Amino acid sequence: MSELTKLTIAKAKEGLKKKEFSAVELTEAYIKEMENKRGLNAYVLETPEIALEQAKVSDKKYAAGTAGFLQGIPMGIKDLFCTKGIRTTACSHILDGFVPPYESTVTQKLLDAGISVLGKLNMDEFAMGGSNETSYYGPAVNPMKAKNSSENLVAGGSSGGSAAAVAAGMCAAATGTDTGGSIRQPSAFCGVTGIKPTYGRCSRYGIIAFASSLDQAGPIAKDVRDCALLLNSMCGYDAKDSTSAPVEVPDFEKFLTGDIRGLRIGVPAEFRPEGLNSEAAACWDNGMALLKEHGAEIVPISLPHTKYALAVYYIIAPAEASSNLARYDGIRYGLRVPGKHLDDLYINTRSEGFGNEVKRRVMIGTYVLSAGYYDAYYLKAQKVRRLIHNDFEEAFKKCDVILTPTSPTDAFPIGDKSMRENPINMWLNDVFTVSVNLAGLPAISIPAGLSSRGLPLGLQFIGRAFDEGTILKAAHVLEKDINFAGK
Amino acid sequence: MAVDTETVKRIAFLARLKIEEDKIEETKKEFNDILEWVEQLNEVNTDNVEPLESVNEFHLALRDDVVSEGNQRDDVLCNAPDAEYGYFVVPKVVE
Repeated sequence: MSELTKLTIAKAKEGLKKKEFSAVELTEAYIKEMENKRGLNAYVLETPEIALEQAKVSDKKYAAGTAGFLQGIPMGIKDLFCTKGIRTTACSHILDGFVPPYESTVTQKLLDAGISVLGKLNMDEFAMGGSNETSYYGPAVNPMKAKNSSENLVAGGSSGGSAAAVAAGMCAAATGTDTGGSIRQPSAFCGVTGIKPTYGRCSRYGIIAFASSLDQAGPIAKDVRDCALLLNSMCGYDAKDSTSAPVEVPDFEKFLTGDIRGLRIGVPAEFRPEGLNSEAAACWDNGMALLKEHGAEIVPISLPHTKYALAVYYIIAPAEASSNLARYDGIRYGLRVPGKHLDDLYINTRSEGFGNEVKRRVMIGTYVLSAGYYDAYYLKAQKVRRLIHNDFEEAFKKCDVILTPTSPTDAFPIGDKSMRENPINMWLNDVFTVSVNLAGLPAISIPAGLSSRGLPLGLQFIGRAFDEGTILKAAHVLEKDINFAGK
Repeated sequence: MAVDTETVKRIAFLARLKIEEDKIEETKKEFNDILEWVEQLNEVNTDNVEPLESVNEFHLALRDDVVSEGNQRDDVLCNAPDAEYGYFVVPKVVE
């Protein structure tokens, strides 16, 4: 990695402002890393020409003193964001060759702030998966390897390409989306920092829909401060998304005061089920101890419906997905597999265009929404979702943030069957992140330690709705103590 | 509520997906395993609990009923796998 690609956004902004290096030099450094590390399969489309053109504009703006907030910062964009004139496929065969004639609001805001777009990042197909292995383009590879091992590990998912690219210095930061943990879990696996803001903070306009009541965009970056800077540009009400929140966006960086005296950190008993990996538990305990030293108070809390979160999620998310994915018909965009009649065309196109995981979820969703089963499954799940949401409301009467592991294990090998066949591990793997989406809350994952295999472990801070500031503040304090990058 | 082979076929058609004959049993088993697992929700008492459709607490905004981004036929059609004379092309639907 070159010196330039090690810089955080905050440092890169300083260097650009002081003309220590140009935006073109910074972009070229990242393009070189992108080329050197193609083996990681982090990018599914590289756009170096576009990035360099944007960097040239950035240098002119710095010279003219009209630089934007993120002027000249080279970023990768998850392939779920529609990017005008740049192929966008959600890493699905069914969107082969789709070139959006419009730009997603989040990426437009980043472009307005002055970023350079290096390319589109790998992900699980339609964001359905936790290991990036459902991508039509094959899995992204985790840049980290276990000690004394050359085995390729998953980057996590669904934003696996985003996390791998940030960890490998192939972009200064990346966009991600999080429906059930898709920003936080890959961030934990790759040893980077990712935040899912409150549902409604970022506009979903132009983000290819998976489960609309859960989907939320957020950044994956090198540290907490960079996440705060990126949120400043990505958040905000958008008339094009009726679920985006008409609330003020604070300067998130201002929360990074380093002072957490008196902050009440909730620790939920239900997140320490029997069989929790002892290393994840130790990492969690260490996080608590460090926060306490800074004057925070550790408060035991209870989130009693946690164990049902995954079952709720696997009804609601597929139901919404089956509705959202009905649009892929082989007529308006993407893949078309001909058929004699209209139904044949639909069936042929969808059967060839969707991968197995997507088909599975579309089938489940179709079933739980079908006549006669709606009340038993979908309505029931929505009611339990209310109880999960209420659990958090009760808990936040006693604490200001909640601290949990992001995922109970470190990264597992690509193609690992035992991981998939162990339901307890799988259950644990998702449940730490999923309930946050069901409740619509903000949560950040930071690298918090190394497992005995030398792989990153993440800790997650969950906050009250629209209180990203407090989780950023707490995460920033812990990040400094842990000094993960220095290890 | 275990599903049978006919139900699997019906759901596949509703979703406009094709399941090969030799995959139907496997799909049925997987389907039933998943349904059995989610039925753990029946343990939870949800009497008098309002379903949560969205965590969004804001009233959905209404906008004026006017054309906002009209006259973009070429953009709308630009990704169509088959388009002619300014229209999407589909197989014949009227006999």
